[in-house]
Amino acid sequence: MDKPIRVLVAKPGLDGHDRGAKVIARALRDAGMEVVYTGLRQTPDQIVQTAIQEDVDVLAMSILSGAHNHLLPTIVEKLKKEGVYDEVLVLAGGVIPDDDIQGLKDAGIEAVFTPGTPTGVTVEFIKKNLKK
Amino acid sequence: MDNLKEKLRQGNKKATARMITMLENNDPKAIEILGDLYRYTGKAKVVGITGPPGAGKSTLTDKLVKILRKEEKTVGIIAVDPTSPFSGGSILGDRIRMNDLAVDPGVFIRSMGTRGHLGGLSKATQGAVKALDLYGMDYIFIETVGVGQSEVDIMKTADTVLMVMVPGLGDDIQAIKAGIMEIGDVFAINKADREGAAKTHREIDNMLDFAETDWRPPVHQVVATQNKGIEELLSAIKDHLAYLNESGEMLNRRIKSSEIEILELIKDRMMQDLLREDEIQRDIKEFSKNVAERRLNPYEASEKVLRKTIKKEAEKYENY
Repeated sequence: MDKPIRVLVAKPGLDGHDRGAKVIARALRDAGMEVVYTGLRQTPDQIVQTAIQEDVDVLAMSILSGAHNHLLPTIVEKLKKEGVYDEVLVLAGGVIPDDDIQGLKDAGIEAVFTPGTPTGVTVEFIKKNLKK
Repeated sequence: MDNLKEKLRQGNKKATARMITMLENNDPKAIEILGDLYRYTGKAKVVGITGPPGAGKSTLTDKLVKILRKEEKTVGIIAVDPTSPFSGGSILGDRIRMNDLAVDPGVFIRSMGTRGHLGGLSKATQGAVKALDLYGMDYIFIETVGVGQSEVDIMKTADTVLMVMVPGLGDDIQAIKAGIMEIGDVFAINKADREGAAKTHREIDNMLDFAETDWRPPVHQVVATQNKGIEELLSAIKDHLAYLNESGEMLNRRIKSSEIEILELIKDRMMQDLLREDEIQRDIKEFSKNVAERRLNPYEASEKVLRKTIKKEAEKYENY
């Protein structure tokens, strides 16, 4: 309890569905993490600035709009530009076709969790792969 | 470490964020740095925002800060939410109401979990205020967790306390008047477009008439979501800050809160030392058994622990 893992759960883009994001936020909380939740329709800049101010260890983004190939790499680029990408584990979840996953990983998203992934898998992945 | 200190002095955003994390994690390095830089703090005006859960504290903060930004003032915001006593985790959701401010370079928002601390704030909140002060913020807003009757920590951390109420609490005001109602310097009745706002206003006024202070807290009806009454409310907050400065009360308040801060630091340190001593831990366990079986009374047991602790502390500090 002394050093809880801090996670930003964010919803980039325009889709209005945050059930998945809320489920994961709650699972991470129950795993003892501090979860900053910012609500729907976040711009890449909002997400990056929030990650910096909140000094999070993990950025977990849920996206269901289909715009992942555009938004997620943009966010990684901005994190790199601000010099925080080396310290933040970047994850994505939501409706993301299998064919797109490798491309996202190449762009710097460390893991992609598609629908049906048990929350425990995400929790374990975070605990094992923290960057700082 | 000197690097971090240097960056804090320069108002570096990442260093400020990291500093707050270190304070939250009880990192001794953070304390050392903050100690060295303490003399540069104390410039920001610190406004506390408190009130029951769902009163609209985050939304109101968002609106007040937006006016200050138009006046080109920089603002730090510390938003505290409760930590689960079971998992140690928390959901920090105050930023949802302040999304536009996230990208404003003149605003720094930090969410904090209470991490087991009672009183409406977290233990590291006072440190975080100093970090944001060093960051150069003109104002610092602290939003407490939703409070009930006794979360009054905010009064020892803020210069001005804004108490946010909502209509319909009715007789509840009677119930809480001896607790949190006494710490408000300015009152806002949010959601004042709802039924009962006038009645709530009257009840708060009645209660405030009993207060025997030079400053009579003003009461303002506002509707935060519609931006109604916010300018007037901000003026009232500024009036109070001006009153503190002109009357000399600002220094009095800060002396009082410094006293409490010193006492709490001593208490924390002693508790930490105490819990670290195996021998004392063993004593407490042993005594507990005897107390439960009525062979020893708890008053005597605590006395014994205290004596031994003080002796051990004294030995430790003699070796310094």
